[in-house]
Amino acid sequence: MTADSSFKIVIVDESPIRAAILNEGLRDAGFTSVEHISQMHNLLARIYELDPDVILIDLENPSRDILEQMFQVSRAVRRPIAMFVDQSDAASIQESVEAGVSAYIVDGLKKERIKPILDLCISRFNAFAKLQDELDRTKSALEDRKILDRAKGVLMKLKGLNEEEAYVLIRSTAMREKKKIGDIAQSIVTAAELLK
Amino acid sequence: MTDTPLCIGFIPLVDASALIVAVDKGFAAAEGLDVTLVREVSWSNVRDKLNIGLFDAAHLLAPVAIASSLGLAQVKSPIVVPFTLGVNGNAITVSSALHTAIMGEIDGDPFDPMATAKALARVVTARRKAGQDPLTFGMTFPFSTHNYQLRFWMAAGGVDPDEDVRLIVLPPPYMVDSLANGHVDAFCVGAPWNSIAVDRGVGHILHFGSDILARAAEKVLAVREPWSRDNPLVLAKLTRAHARAADFIEDPSNRMEVSQVLARPDRIGVDAEVIRRTLDGRLKISPDGTMRESNRYLLVGREGAARPDPVQAAWLFAQMVRWGQARYSSEALTTAKNVFRPDLYGAALGQTAAPQGGEGEAIDAFTGPAFDANDIGAHLAAFPIKRR
Repeated sequence: MTADSSFKIVIVDESPIRAAILNEGLRDAGFTSVEHISQMHNLLARIYELDPDVILIDLENPSRDILEQMFQVSRAVRRPIAMFVDQSDAASIQESVEAGVSAYIVDGLKKERIKPILDLCISRFNAFAKLQDELDRTKSALEDRKILDRAKGVLMKLKGLNEEEAYVLIRSTAMREKKKIGDIAQSIVTAAELLK
Repeated sequence: MTDTPLCIGFIPLVDASALIVAVDKGFAAAEGLDVTLVREVSWSNVRDKLNIGLFDAAHLLAPVAIASSLGLAQVKSPIVVPFTLGVNGNAITVSSALHTAIMGEIDGDPFDPMATAKALARVVTARRKAGQDPLTFGMTFPFSTHNYQLRFWMAAGGVDPDEDVRLIVLPPPYMVDSLANGHVDAFCVGAPWNSIAVDRGVGHILHFGSDILARAAEKVLAVREPWSRDNPLVLAKLTRAHARAADFIEDPSNRMEVSQVLARPDRIGVDAEVIRRTLDGRLKISPDGTMRESNRYLLVGREGAARPDPVQAAWLFAQMVRWGQARYSSEALTTAKNVFRPDLYGAALGQTAAPQGGEGEAIDAFTGPAFDANDIGAHLAAFPIKRR
């Protein structure tokens, strides 16, 4: 792919990690002029100042509505901007919305020249979503571990068990009741709080 | 027979109540619909997800349904409206400083929008002479009733909304903070955000939207036009579920329950008491505790509010023309009017005849000639401030 490095791309994203992932991908593809806006205050003024050819924004960002104002013909608008995907490109818009990214381009830029940018962003957004998912799972595993430690503590104190015995009791109860170890541990902790 | 699955998007605002109650109180299930509600963060998202088919239906700004159908500034996608989710419901809230300035200049009743608009014009002139920055007003979307109501009001007093002040788009959840930190001097938004600004002591509700327009379509239940043709029975069921929900909401004895349903964190996510004020039309308008009551603050179905009225669509199209968003043509006007479909509403509810009251009763603005949907050119000629 031969990237047009003269494009100025602005990424509007409050997530520094995802912005970094996008930025890296775009630079690897040869787009050297990439800016990141993380603060939503005075968003339009900052965009006008940077004067980009392409703006990428995360769909979970409420500030997307602010960008829509750029379509309006009014005193503040210097450069009319249109959402990337045109009428004939429904598949592309669906793909980008499902990935959670939206792109705006300066009116007049050719679709073929923007397509590689959008494709790259979609794959990077999907990669980030996977990463986020893994992070969430790790976090919840960590939470389960904390609860389990507290539950073991409760049993050790109330039933005079050692740590190994407390764990075995929780695990065998979980198996018998067909529940997760984390759920049993949570019940023990909740019950202990109630009986305090 | 299994239930029909539907995915419907909404923005957390009180005027999504008929949709939320239809789902959470089982009116949709009673019609055989299995609805998944998806809370969204921006009107752009709601519009795009509806247009590309990720949503079957959506809680949408009435003007966005029209703009989508006309292809204004976006991909063209014909939308139809079988049910109006809310009539009125907005308010204009100003900072304490601007409130003091307007009250210092006012000549007449502070609840009279003409008096406040003229006072605003004097404040704007004084600021210009003193070399101060123009006032900044926040609204929710370029194609929004909030945008048009602010413009209609201030232009009546001689303030040109594009020349004399700044109008900026702000997502509703950012409104109150922006008023508190001086990023905006005022805003026009729906519930609950005006009440939250007053509760936080940073704003005064200057006007209810109904002071400016006595009857204005606000949010609609929107579906893609091709979808409405492919799924007439599902659409009728969905419309009926909304009508039942609206009746339930409008019964004052259900107010507390409705407020609690709407208050849930995955729905609107604010205090039930704040939501209740909106439904009751009894709002705290000043941080000092002053209350104001209006039976026109927000209409969810009563007084025939739910029946889509093409005159409302024509008025919204006229505002797009007045402020340079759309070019007038009789074809575009017809397209706009055809977005609002009283026939679909009537078919779902088994009503074939139009209800009491002619088309002329729509809008009822505080100034200017009565709105004539059939002669928009002549109507707009009565308003000196506009884009050309």
